Amino acid sequence: MKFTEEHEWLRVEGDLVVVGITTHAAEQLGDVVFVELPEEGTTVSKDDEVVVIESVKAASDILAPLDGEIVEVNSPLADEPSKVNDDPEGEAWFFKMKIEDLSALDDYMDEAAYKTFIG
Amino acid sequence: MDELKRTPLHDLHIELGAKMVPFAGYEMPVQYKLGVLKEHLHAREKAGLFDVSHMGQVILSGESVESIALALESLVPVNIAGLAENRQRYGFFTNDAGGIEDDLMIANRGDHLFVVVNAACKTQDMAHMRAGLEPKGVTPRLLGDRALLALQGPAAEDALAALNPAVREMRFMDVATVELVGAECWISRSGYTGEDGFEISVPEDKAVELARALLAQEAVEPIGLGARDSLRLEAGLCLYGHDIDSTTTPVEAALTWAIQKIRRTGGAREGGFPGAEKILAEFDNGAPRARVGLRPEGRAPMREGVEIFAEAEGGAPIGHVTSGGFGPTTGAPVAMGYVDIDHAAPGTKLFGEVRGKRLAVEVAQMPFVTQTYKR
Repeated sequence: MKFTEEHEWLRVEGDLVVVGITTHAAEQLGDVVFVELPEEGTTVSKDDEVVVIESVKAASDILAPLDGEIVEVNSPLADEPSKVNDDPEGEAWFFKMKIEDLSALDDYMDEAAYKTFIG
Repeated sequence: MDELKRTPLHDLHIELGAKMVPFAGYEMPVQYKLGVLKEHLHAREKAGLFDVSHMGQVILSGESVESIALALESLVPVNIAGLAENRQRYGFFTNDAGGIEDDLMIANRGDHLFVVVNAACKTQDMAHMRAGLEPKGVTPRLLGDRALLALQGPAAEDALAALNPAVREMRFMDVATVELVGAECWISRSGYTGEDGFEISVPEDKAVELARALLAQEAVEPIGLGARDSLRLEAGLCLYGHDIDSTTTPVEAALTWAIQKIRRTGGAREGGFPGAEKILAEFDNGAPRARVGLRPEGRAPMREGVEIFAEAEGGAPIGHVTSGGFGPTTGAPVAMGYVDIDHAAPGTKLFGEVRGKRLAVEVAQMPFVTQTYKR
């Protein structure tokens, strides 16, 4: 698993990358009440805003961690946003994307580095 | 930047695991361990304890309560002279343009009036009251030695009665002096959540003891400002500086119920408050816009600042959201805001622009939840 400075986790699953937010991020956001997912088949560039999450406190964006194509989204999340708080690093993944070159992931933090990052 | 002030309950908040944030010059708890959503639901289902000690508690003293009441009527368009002893009323200070300078609670405590004003406005309110009331022989005194707690929710009566059963006799908007934990407390049966409950003014040196005595009860949880905001929004209650301000009139703000007939055109004490001409004219002729409830059709919250349109595409905005978010009890987003009067009827279909998209929203009756005041 890899981690971004925007508190996303990235997990390789075959030739796809699964993206979600970390437990730390979910705790900071507070109770999530709204999730807007991208459409499957969307081509995205790194740092595009692809998911909107709103908690009881505020709205925030999830950015595309890499260039690629969104091939699958976790549609049930839109109806049950609270899953993001219940199981952020498991059931509450947001989308799976296909990228050109998985080695692009090497630029991101591993778990130990992320733990240091969040302090 | 000025250093943030702390309420007498500050250390207790920390002990209870509160997340503290700056609010109106104070360091206040925005949430505790339960989090905003569960705190909100707890206050609606059982009872929540809120620290509202940042608010301004003011005693107005003078020759007689009648003379004090009449003097205050020169600043507030409310029937205060007709406020019975041990009763409380909601009101607001108006300005010459008919706008609202602050909203407040006014209680008749026998030989004086006790008013509670918003934390962010208390300095200007004190100056305003001194200027307006002292020439009429009334002295306002901002209390610095009392905390203010709110206990809200269906279990509030039982929780407070466990400390003193006398509170069971109180009805909505009654006020009384009641001994709790050995201290003289000034209690009103009121609050700002839409639930039955009490606001308790307690000497600051007994505030922690009182809070602990309430929190020791199974039904009572501490509730932060986050849930206080969503509770009052669902209850359709205005937050000063957001839903009402110096540019919104009481008629626009749908607060005409707070201006009794005796202060309106043809009443025995008609007018006589700042902006009376404009406000009373709006009673007769209507205002150009109105504060309304808004229910987004989808799940996306429409927050403060979202512009409202009559059409799905094009056109100029016909209003905007002044408070909005997710309503934990309604289980859906809720909002309030101002729209042009032609679009203010409940059931009107409008659009709110969120992240560049026009999303359907319907003008709705407020409150969004059923009020459970004990009348």
